[in-house]
Amino acid sequence: MRKLLTLATALSASALASAAFVNQSQAEELTLCWAAWDPANALVELSKDFTAESGTDMKFEFVPWTSYADRFLNELNSQGSLCDLIIGDSQWIGGSAENGHYVKLNDFFEAEGISMDDFLEPTVYGYSTWPKGTPNYWALPAMGDALGWVYRKDWFEKPELQAEFKEKYGRDLAPPKTWTELKDIAEFFQGRDVDGKTVYGAAIFTERGSEGITMGVTAALYAWGFEYETEPGTYAMEGAVNSADAVAALEFYKELYDCCTPPGYSDAYMQEGLDAFKSGQVAMMMNWFAFWPGMYKDENVGGDKIGFFVNPQEKVPASTLGGQGISVVAYSDKQDTALEYIKWFAKPEVQKKWAALGGVSTAKSVLLDPDFPNSAPYAADFLVAMGQVKDFWQEPAFAELMQAMQKRVHDYVVADQGTAQEALDKLIEDWTETFEDEGKL
Amino acid sequence: MTDSSAKAGVAERVAGATPAPLARRIRGLSDKAIAWLFIAPTILLLLAINIFPLLWTIYLSFTNYKANRKAEIRWEGTEHYTDILSDPEIWHSMQVTAHFVFWTVAIETVIGFALAYLIDRRWRGHGFWTTVILIPMMLSPAVVGNFWKFLYQPQIGLFNYGVSFFTGIDPSSFQMIGDVSLAPWSIVIVDVWMWTPYVMLICLAGLRSIPDYIYEAAEVDRASTWRRFWSITLPMALPFIMLAVLFRGIENFKMFDLINLLTSGGPGSTTEVASITLKREAFESWKTGYSSALAIILFVAVFGLANIYVKALNRVKQR
Repeated sequence: MRKLLTLATALSASALASAAFVNQSQAEELTLCWAAWDPANALVELSKDFTAESGTDMKFEFVPWTSYADRFLNELNSQGSLCDLIIGDSQWIGGSAENGHYVKLNDFFEAEGISMDDFLEPTVYGYSTWPKGTPNYWALPAMGDALGWVYRKDWFEKPELQAEFKEKYGRDLAPPKTWTELKDIAEFFQGRDVDGKTVYGAAIFTERGSEGITMGVTAALYAWGFEYETEPGTYAMEGAVNSADAVAALEFYKELYDCCTPPGYSDAYMQEGLDAFKSGQVAMMMNWFAFWPGMYKDENVGGDKIGFFVNPQEKVPASTLGGQGISVVAYSDKQDTALEYIKWFAKPEVQKKWAALGGVSTAKSVLLDPDFPNSAPYAADFLVAMGQVKDFWQEPAFAELMQAMQKRVHDYVVADQGTAQEALDKLIEDWTETFEDEGKL
Repeated sequence: MTDSSAKAGVAERVAGATPAPLARRIRGLSDKAIAWLFIAPTILLLLAINIFPLLWTIYLSFTNYKANRKAEIRWEGTEHYTDILSDPEIWHSMQVTAHFVFWTVAIETVIGFALAYLIDRRWRGHGFWTTVILIPMMLSPAVVGNFWKFLYQPQIGLFNYGVSFFTGIDPSSFQMIGDVSLAPWSIVIVDVWMWTPYVMLICLAGLRSIPDYIYEAAEVDRASTWRRFWSITLPMALPFIMLAVLFRGIENFKMFDLINLLTSGGPGSTTEVASITLKREAFESWKTGYSSALAIILFVAVFGLANIYVKALNRVKQR
């Protein structure tokens, strides 16, 4: 009996000891939530340095882009403590600030000497501030990104194609400067036989479920000079959202979809675009700059075979803003450690390494370095794009606004329902209803 | 020893096996109280996970509540219900749902019954073929959705090549899930492929429940095969067929996963069935009050239709 008691005591003691050990380990572990894509892998690598310096283990929760918003907005709205740090999309900033999901960082930045002047202005505006443009910071710019284009340089350089193109369009087959030129090139390649294989014009965003087609359509809308309001801050959308130029841009995007995308391309976003381009199906692809480092390294279509260009203008130079800031989740019980991570991440040397590993730093120390434009074939374009970015609504009602646009433009562009004018008129109705519910109209 | 005395002996032994203190405690309770004691955990669980959420949803459906906002909850009365019932887009998604439910159930019933009829002939190898036929319904809808998405790819998909092989049409010339007129049929085809075996199984159970002597009597009366089918097989299997229709009807009315993976409700809103609309309103637009009202309307519709149907089923069974 005594032996049994001794054994039981020993077992209990070891169980308690291991529980204490587990608790101790948990106290020194941070969970960072983001999307599952190339830069996330770079962040895993980078964060090993943080673990080495601080002794804090990093755990990562990466979710595919198509369910990224669903998953993490659910998590934030249910006040879950899964994420201590979150790299949330730029459009979430309004809702996350107003609903108390993110910790306000002003005092922390001041105490630690972190200055937003050290980061590129459009990214601070886009990823960190709410209300927009005010010095109220809810995130540190983490991943700079904008929509850009990649093209098959090796196909563009084929003498026979160059000659044929010049004869048909009276100019050289070169990266397009305008959307009209882009469509000409896409039409030229559509259904053409290149290296014994049928290829198509362009891979553009048409995805219905999350934000895909909106990101693609706005790339065209912004290039036609699209504005969300007639006067900033008034929510007066009539005449802006459905202006003649906006209608023309939407019609153009539909024409591009109809004429020049691969067959079956009705629900495509980042991954589908990458698949189409990497498998040699398309001459040009719309996607985010964040993919370019991986694309350039690709064994089949990378290196000298490809070139990059900024979103073409039509009436004004403009690019759709991508990218995210890193925030501390208000429901985390490890906020101090999470802030330590942000402090570490903001260091110039860490930002430099972040860029070297494949992330896209927005620190001026990295981007304004004279060597940066020559650091990669897409680096100079990235700087141009970041200088002309425009973002979707960042209002707290962003999710409703986004879903309305997804529906209206997909109905028109892909499902052939109604006209561009009707789609944009209905979009104004939807958005007006949302802003009325919000008490902003 | 008589039978009754033996039974009494067993009862005494069982009673004796109950620990004395517990027996003493239970002895003070009535049978009804003991019965309640046993079912109380289940009732509480049901209340917690079924009844309370239902009542809470009903309450929310009359408010402006949004799960992603901290704003105060405001009573809106029946506003959401009138909005929903007068919204042409909700009616569009109801039409899409009706199209999907009607055609999937109709085709699955016809093919499922035909397969069951064939399998019931007990020809050589029927066991093997039954297993093969059942494979699709054993797969996860996520797997089925994803691989049919590949099958439907105009450039590499086997489906388009199959159609091309039989018709001579260029496989890249049509897209099943990207074309407004074909997309509703693309989801019907996948559901039929996946769930016809289920209907077949139920029909097979019905066919196997028909006693042989009825067929033997019909044979003695020199009834033709056709006559036997119409007068014996179909009427006697009908309750089972109706049961399969009920199960598939309810299931397809709330179908989400397969369609979401295949088309996400697109192109545009062509395949946006009611459950996808509901999900979008609830978890993408975060209109919790509005989506609660929509959920209640869908629930009442399914519950009402299912009740009417069950009454018809009972009438058929009693015939």
